[in-house]
Formats: sequence, C-alpha cells, structure tokens
Amino acid sequence: MKHLLSIEQLPREEIEAILDRAESFAEVARRDIKKVPALKGRTIASLFYESSTRTSSSFDLAAKRLSADLVSVKAAGSSVEKGESLKDTVATLSAYDPAAIVIRHPYAGAAQMVAGWTEAAVVNAGDGKHEHPSQALLDVYTLRRRLGSLDGVRIWIVGDVLHSRVARSNLIAFQRMGAEVTLCGPPTLIPRGIEELGCEVSYTLDGVEEAEVVYALRMQKERMSESFVPSLREYAAGFQIDTRRLSPHQLLMHPGPVNRGVELSGEAIDSPQSLITEQVAAGLVVRMAILYELLAGGEASANQGEGAGPTPIGTPA
Amino acid sequence: MSLTDALDVRSGEDAHLVLQRATVLDPVAGIDAAHDLVIRDGKIAELASPGEAETDGAEVVEAEGLHAFPAFFDPHVHLRTPGHEHKEDVETGTRAAAAGGYCGILAMANTQPPVSTAADITALREQAHAGASVPVGFLATVTKGMKGEELTEMVELREAGAIGFSDDGLPITDAGVMRRALQYQHLCGGNIALHEEDPALSGDGAMHEGAVSAALGLAGVPSVSESTMVARDCALAGYERARIHVQHLSAAESVEVVRAAKAAGVQISAEASPHHLCLTDEEVRSLDPQRFKMNPPLREERDRQALIEGLRDGTIECIATDHAPHQPEEKDVPFEQAAMGVTGLETAFAALHTELVRPGVIDLALLVERMSGGAEPFDLERPSLAPGSEANVVLCDLGAEWTVGEDGYESRSANSWCAGKTLTGRVLMTVAAGQVAFRLRSFSLGVAA
Repeated sequence: MKHLLSIEQLPREEIEAILDRAESFAEVARRDIKKVPALKGRTIASLFYESSTRTSSSFDLAAKRLSADLVSVKAAGSSVEKGESLKDTVATLSAYDPAAIVIRHPYAGAAQMVAGWTEAAVVNAGDGKHEHPSQALLDVYTLRRRLGSLDGVRIWIVGDVLHSRVARSNLIAFQRMGAEVTLCGPPTLIPRGIEELGCEVSYTLDGVEEAEVVYALRMQKERMSESFVPSLREYAAGFQIDTRRLSPHQLLMHPGPVNRGVELSGEAIDSPQSLITEQVAAGLVVRMAILYELLAGGEASANQGEGAGPTPIGTPA
Repeated sequence: MSLTDALDVRSGEDAHLVLQRATVLDPVAGIDAAHDLVIRDGKIAELASPGEAETDGAEVVEAEGLHAFPAFFDPHVHLRTPGHEHKEDVETGTRAAAAGGYCGILAMANTQPPVSTAADITALREQAHAGASVPVGFLATVTKGMKGEELTEMVELREAGAIGFSDDGLPITDAGVMRRALQYQHLCGGNIALHEEDPALSGDGAMHEGAVSAALGLAGVPSVSESTMVARDCALAGYERARIHVQHLSAAESVEVVRAAKAAGVQISAEASPHHLCLTDEEVRSLDPQRFKMNPPLREERDRQALIEGLRDGTIECIATDHAPHQPEEKDVPFEQAAMGVTGLETAFAALHTELVRPGVIDLALLVERMSGGAEPFDLERPSLAPGSEANVVLCDLGAEWTVGEDGYESRSANSWCAGKTLTGRVLMTVAAGQVAFRLRSFSLGVAA
C-alpha cells in the first residue's frame, strides 16, 4: 500500500492488515510509556484545509506516538489564505522531504491529486463529500472488537447521507467486511443512484429494529435553509435515534461531533450501547496503524531476516 | 450566404490543387466515388475521372487511398478573446480549427467582457481579417453582459455582422426575457443559440447526477436541469414562431423533447458534442477534471445512446465541439474547483471516426454529413464538394493512427478530452474558402506537374 486515498481502493485483506496492526498498537497504548520508535527520524506533514478536532489531533498524536517529526499546517493563518494553490503548497511541504502527507480538503479527489505531485505517501483525512477512509477503518475496528466479525451483521446508517463522506466510506468498508448495510434518511438527503453500491435504502426508520448496529450521521443545521428538511424539529421527529427507538441489543455509533437532541438524544449518547467514546480511542491506534503500514509495513516484511527494519512493536497478528 | 460572404478570414492566395485519385465523399451532394478533385479560383472546379484531370500549373496531391470530404463547420467554439487570450485567441483557435478539418466556425460571446455591442463585433471581425486561418463568425450575447435581464441592441449587432446570438455559458433563466428575444428575432433575424440549464436544479453540481456522483460524493447536475429548459424554449419558440438552436444536448430526455418539438413544426435545430457522443460519466471516477469536467456534464450510457439515435434520425443535425480552452492552473485543481470545458477542434473527426464509425455504430457518410451540419442553422451555406461550390475541402487518411497531444496542439490550451488517446483517422490537409488553411507537417505533397 503506497497511499491511503479511499476505502474504495482497499481490498479486504488490506483493511484487515491495518486492523490487525491497530490491535498491536492498542496493546502499546495500555503501557505507561506509550511511545515507540517505529518512525524515528521520519517526517510527517499534516495539511488541513478544513476545521477538524478529532481527525487532526489523532493523526498528530499518532505520528508523535510513532516518534515521527510532525509539521502541521492549517489553512487558516497559512499561505493558503494568501491564495497559494494546493499544488504549490504541496511542493513547498515536499521540500521538507516528508515520508507522509496527511491531507483534509473540502473537495473530492484532492488527496489523489496530491499523490500525483509528491513522493510522499498520502493519507486522505477527508476529501469533500467523497471519502474519509481512516474514519471507516476506525469504525470497522471498533465493531470488530465488539462483535468479533462483521460478516452478516446488519448495519443502518441514518441521516444526511448526501453530504457525508463518512457514509460513503463506511458503506463500502462495512460491505467489504461482510455486513449488510441500509442507508436511511429523508429522500432529500439520500443521493440518487446510491443503491447501485449494493445497499438498501429506507426513507423511514421502520425496520431499524432488525439492525445490530445503528450508525447515526451528523445533521448540519444549515441543511434547513437549503430546503433539504423543513426543520430540525421535523427531522428529529422522524430520524432521531433515542432510547425508545434503540433497543438494548443494538449498538450505537456516530462519527462526531454530535448535535445533541438532533440526530441523537442525550440519553442515547450516554447509554451503555453507545460506542462513541470507543470510536475516538480507536481513532488513535488505527491512525498509528495506517501510518505504520504505509511507512514501515512493507519495509518490515521486505527486510525480514536482516533485522534492518524498524523495531517491531507489540505482536502484530 | 456563402461562408466567405458572411464570415471573416485572413486574405490569402487561392489554391490551385488537384487531389488525384481521392475517394470523394459528400453524402448531401450524392458524391461517393474516386475522382481527381480540382480546386481553382476559390471553387471546386471539377470532379474528373481518376488520373484524368488537367494538372497544368496546379499543385498535385497524390491522394489515392485518401478521403476528401466537405470540410467541417463548427457552430460552437470558444475563442476566448477578448479577455482570456492566455487560453486562446482568433489566431490560435482558427489554426486549431484548420488542423481539425474545419472550414468555418462560430465563436461564442461569453468573453470578458462579453460581446454585447456593435463595437465589440467590429473589433473581432478586424482581428479575424488580420489573422484567422479559417472563416470565423461571431455571435453576440442575447442579453447585456449575459446578465439575463435586458436585450442587447440586436438590430445594430446584426448590422455590424453578428451571425446570431447566444448567452452560451449561462442559461437565460427568465422566461419573459427569453420570450422577448424570440419576438425581437422577427425584426433582427439571426438564430438564437441556447445553453439550456436550470440553475436551480443544477445547484453546485460538478457532474451528472446518478450512481457515479452518488459514489463519488460529488453534487450532481440532473438531466432534467437541461430537458425542462429545452421544453420551455421549444414551447416559447413554437408560440412565437421563432427559431432556436439548442446547444450541446447531453440528456436523453432533451433529445426526446427536441424530437417532439420538430414533429410539431417548431423551428429548432440541435447540436451534440463529440465528448458527449463518446464518453459517459463513468470517466469521472478518475476525478480528472482536465479531460472530464465540462458543462453540460458527461451523462450515462442511455443518454449517449439517445444522442447517437438523435444523430441518426436527424433530431440532432450537427456535431459541435464546444471547444473550451483552459490553462493548467484552472484544471490542475480538485474536480469541484476546476474550470469547465475541454478542447475539441483538433480531435473531433478523428475521435468520432475512431469511437463511432470504426466500430460500426454510425456510417462514415452520416458522420461527414453531421460534421458540417452546423452551418445551415445559422443561414450559412453548407460546405459542399459539388462542382462550382466554394472550395471547402478536408483531406483525411482514415487509416492513420496518432496519439493526441504527442506533437502538441495548435490550440493555445492542452485540455483535450482525448489527450493521450490513440485515434485512427487524421486530417492531412484543409482547404477553407479556397485557401490551404492547414497541412500536416509530415504529409508530403506530390510535385507540381
């Protein structure tokens, strides 16, 4: 694996390799000293053109836990604000010879373009409404830990599918791992033609009780003014996941940040079925695993027997 | 009107050529045989039996195995001048046209500023006189500054030489303004070419709305964004007994609407572009805006098939490239941010020959007919090989393979949707308005007798 640009391009074996690697980092995370020397001396640049808390902080921390040197650039306050093109910004960063560039960008395909302009491994940390592969990987990781396997598991993804890169990446990742996915939301927020990806589509929550996992999406407030829904009130009445709609055998997930009282009720968020904080914890180890697999994974196996690769950490499966 | 009477071109020497033993094909004139095609004094002088034409004083081209067609006419080109000469201008754009086998083109008015006054038209015509390789005509905008609010001085624009009118690049969203333009056409004449799109339905769309846009997370432009506007304007044109030309049809629904309007007697003509005839939205999975981002967007296979059917049954009378040059900095950005449009003049015939004729989807004769079908909707004479016609001839080698972009482009811009493709069929020489407008460098000519 040279880059992580999308889940679409990632076969099941590679998804599993990353998850297995993440398991080994989870073991490290339980130690007192949480840092390993795996990427010592390597530089990782992170380039965020959109605001982000979880994704950017967990990629940054993942890089540090792996002992890499980190350069973080946020669009606000940088030369990007002065009108520098993406291509030129990448050329500038490439002058530091980074081993990897982690990029979040408001437009689809940005990470893929960057991969064409740099020698570095490129990690897509979200490109427009297209994909968010590290989110999908951490979600699959979280579910695999809880359920053992996703084969045959029924998952409902509920909410604003139209504007969600998480929905797209997760749909593909869940399916690839054997799950059956239903996308649910008002018809205005379900993209026309999405069923051709092999999922079910439902315009109501009727039948959600059959799901083992309910994955709620963030509902952005501005969707009302664009006539996607008449009001958040009516949206919540039809699609909010609350403890009445969620039965005790079901697991609840959300990519964060949550609009309490809109897509999820406060009770549901704090219920024992909620995996939301586990997802955040998983974000760190999965992102460590992504960086490791990209920058050291191939080397470690290529150099087996010579002892020249980076010190193996934990006990990779 | 003949192309030379109506359009503007750099003056030059009339060619005296004999294309010896060429396979001459002009389906409209009913010509399909081997001939010596003689060009003299700006006219098709003679179609002689192979090897029998008088060659005294003529440049003789050994054309056995090569095809001579009426040169092509493109009613939809963006020459980008004034304002965006870093992308294209009259000189480079008409050179690209000549290299593609065209003997005439119409330039769109969505420049910076838009071509909205008689003075604009006059200035452009002077440029064409000074440096156009092939005859070029200029359209003026329908509304001032393309704002869609007030009509331009259409009578004066016509007197200054505007061939017709178009706000291409933007639709005329206000039906009332559209109706007034159609009424006024009875006074000023000139066809009105329409970019049909309802911006309320297109929204932020960057590609066709369908399974591919759903998978990519790109906002979609639904096919009904086009077809509902086509339907509106067919209704208005019918009501006002006015004449319209619908540009770059892309959706199956639009083809249906045009077909029905024609059957009902509406004066309407329509064009389709080579990229819409050859490609579908599947290409956008590459997220490559250089080759695959344009407006209207590439649509689905059913739409492509509907366009081909429209070409066959005459619902679509002409092929128009919508040649839209852009520089790398406008294309080397993520798909949603990239400028819309691709170049097409230099590749149109070869691409359609490769993608549609060779696999047997359409006949060569149909392609040749549709490639020059864009003149008549604008009251211009269709290029013809009948003796006595103005000499507008393209000579092609249908077996020649070439890789697009390998030797650069005549256009100032390189955003060809065919970039890197290997095409079969190449323009060797173009005669436009009696002058040799283009010859392929590697194509060696016979010796003068």
